[in-house]
Amino acid sequence: MSAVREAQIRIPLIDGHKTYHDISVDICKPIESKASRGWYICITIAGIIALWGIGCIFYLVGTGIGTWGLNKTVNWAWDITNFVWWVGIGHAGTLISAVLLLFRQRWRMAVNRSAEAMTIFAVIMAALFPVMHMGRIWCAYWVLPLPNQFGSLWVNFNSPLLWDVFAISTYFTVSLVFWYIGLIPDFGTIRDRMTKPLAKKVYSILSFGWTGNAKAWNRFEIVSLVLAGLSTPLVFSVHSIVSTDFATSIVPGWHTTIFPPYFVSGAVFSGFAMVLTLLLIMRKVMKLENYVTVKHVEYMNIVIIVTGSIVGVAYLTELFVSWYSGVEYESYAFINRFSGDYAWAYWSMMTCNVVSPQLFWVKKWRRSLSFTFFMSFIVNIGMWFERFVIIVTSLHRDYVPSSWTWFHPTFVDIGIFIGTIGIFFTLFLLFARYFPVLALNELKSILKTSGESYKEEQWKAEGGLYRKSS
Amino acid sequence: MSNKVYYAMYDDDHKCLEGAKTLVGEGVHVSDAFSPFPIHGIDPVIGVQHTRLGICAFLYGITGTMTAIFGIKYFMISDWPMIVGGKPNGTMLENLPAFIPPIFEFTVFCAAHGMALTYLLRNKTLPGMPARNPDPRTTDDRFVLEIRTAENHEMTEEKIQSLLKSTGIVELDVREIEAH
Repeated sequence: MSAVREAQIRIPLIDGHKTYHDISVDICKPIESKASRGWYICITIAGIIALWGIGCIFYLVGTGIGTWGLNKTVNWAWDITNFVWWVGIGHAGTLISAVLLLFRQRWRMAVNRSAEAMTIFAVIMAALFPVMHMGRIWCAYWVLPLPNQFGSLWVNFNSPLLWDVFAISTYFTVSLVFWYIGLIPDFGTIRDRMTKPLAKKVYSILSFGWTGNAKAWNRFEIVSLVLAGLSTPLVFSVHSIVSTDFATSIVPGWHTTIFPPYFVSGAVFSGFAMVLTLLLIMRKVMKLENYVTVKHVEYMNIVIIVTGSIVGVAYLTELFVSWYSGVEYESYAFINRFSGDYAWAYWSMMTCNVVSPQLFWVKKWRRSLSFTFFMSFIVNIGMWFERFVIIVTSLHRDYVPSSWTWFHPTFVDIGIFIGTIGIFFTLFLLFARYFPVLALNELKSILKTSGESYKEEQWKAEGGLYRKSS
Repeated sequence: MSNKVYYAMYDDDHKCLEGAKTLVGEGVHVSDAFSPFPIHGIDPVIGVQHTRLGICAFLYGITGTMTAIFGIKYFMISDWPMIVGGKPNGTMLENLPAFIPPIFEFTVFCAAHGMALTYLLRNKTLPGMPARNPDPRTTDDRFVLEIRTAENHEMTEEKIQSLLKSTGIVELDVREIEAH
């Protein structure tokens, strides 16, 4: 029996009477066996889309950002929309791995690895956009405070755009380190199971010679805890800083103090939706139903209700304050949002982000996998529209009516956006094929508190009624 | 007395922990434990000191904070004062609110990376390092205690072996350590 006793109300998180060895076998199976036909089909489709995107990026870099649909009024559009969308998606991974670790949520063990991988790939996609928007991407290093021959002229530390450079680079590298430190023991397990010499060699290098002795585990636990402690304020700071890109400007519709919390909850909202999209496919294809149970999906849907509701309240607060402030320009920006040329985008956003997550109050629906899968798309579409609405509707009606205009995306705008989705899925499919998709050694550590056999034993001993999770 | 090392293998983390407690209670010095996941509570039993990596992280973090403060003061106040958007930039103190985000980010950056690098170096886990676990199954579902005869001079080999067998081991591996 485990030293930690869990209340009877907690149903098993690992179904199917697993042993420690079973967990290793189940999680290593996709890596050790041949990839399925489905995997090849998926990676081919994702790869073609990714190549199309890369082609568009080359065309953009070779020709200039005039190939985007930007104009002098709408000088920020899909690029920054996509940037914020991808960064937002990236937020769920660190929230699951860091915040839920601090809150000792055991269900995170089954979802953290793939969520962290998703974070890393999403942040790479996000970082592409500001770099591309620089136009001359070979000068990208100018954003760093490096001595130079212009004076020295330094970067402007008053600017939120520079804060973003620090926030995104710190967020990316810290997430990467957090992810990899967790992966090392699992690579050790794969290394010790591998029989093919080349694969054994590769996993041996990846595992950094992990031994799993007492001192190493002692250090591992502290490193995970401290990294979680450091990442928690980092998660909140990154999207707060992204929101200040808008909030510190004087554009009506952007200049609001509500932005940081509103952006952070929106980020977690969309991130969980993307985690669900990926996990629901993964659990089915890789047969991980015993580890990613309906209860896990339900927990994530509850996070979606909470963050979705915060986002909803933020939308309504913004609307109210624009009227209550008495500032004509501010009121106009919001009246224009819901009744102007882009009203269709505003109402799509409202439907997807405010109305639809409320459906998860119905227990049957939030436990339905097909409904959740459908909703995960709806939420991500809604969150893309949120950024589009904030950015484009605030800009397209300039102070001077003669500057009023529309934004039309070009094939390069569309190609790059769709392309990043392709690159993201290609990277995720490669991850799912060659990396342990669940934190297998962390799962072993909760087997005796949350495994089905052990739960059953405990309940019998305590005279409780045994309940199965799904 | 020959220089030998015993690897006592258990099939359960709880049995391994109880075994370690019994052995230490009988006066056996347990050198190390290998397991697929952390066995909670084994560190004080076999005398593993609590890691000081947390302190390291704090020191790296504070180094990051100071570097960021002095760097930004030099860039923005001393070397090339920049007046942007009418924001007060006469002194570091007046301008500090705008500098908090990069200072915070750089603190986290230094603390996280400094600690991660120290962790990898102290663990000797680096690319290309050979695996040093005594049995490949210790990363799967086996738990191994390491006992060295050199650290247990007062015990006979028979005594150690009989003690180990009484703790419910599933396998016992004895290896000679070659003298260099």
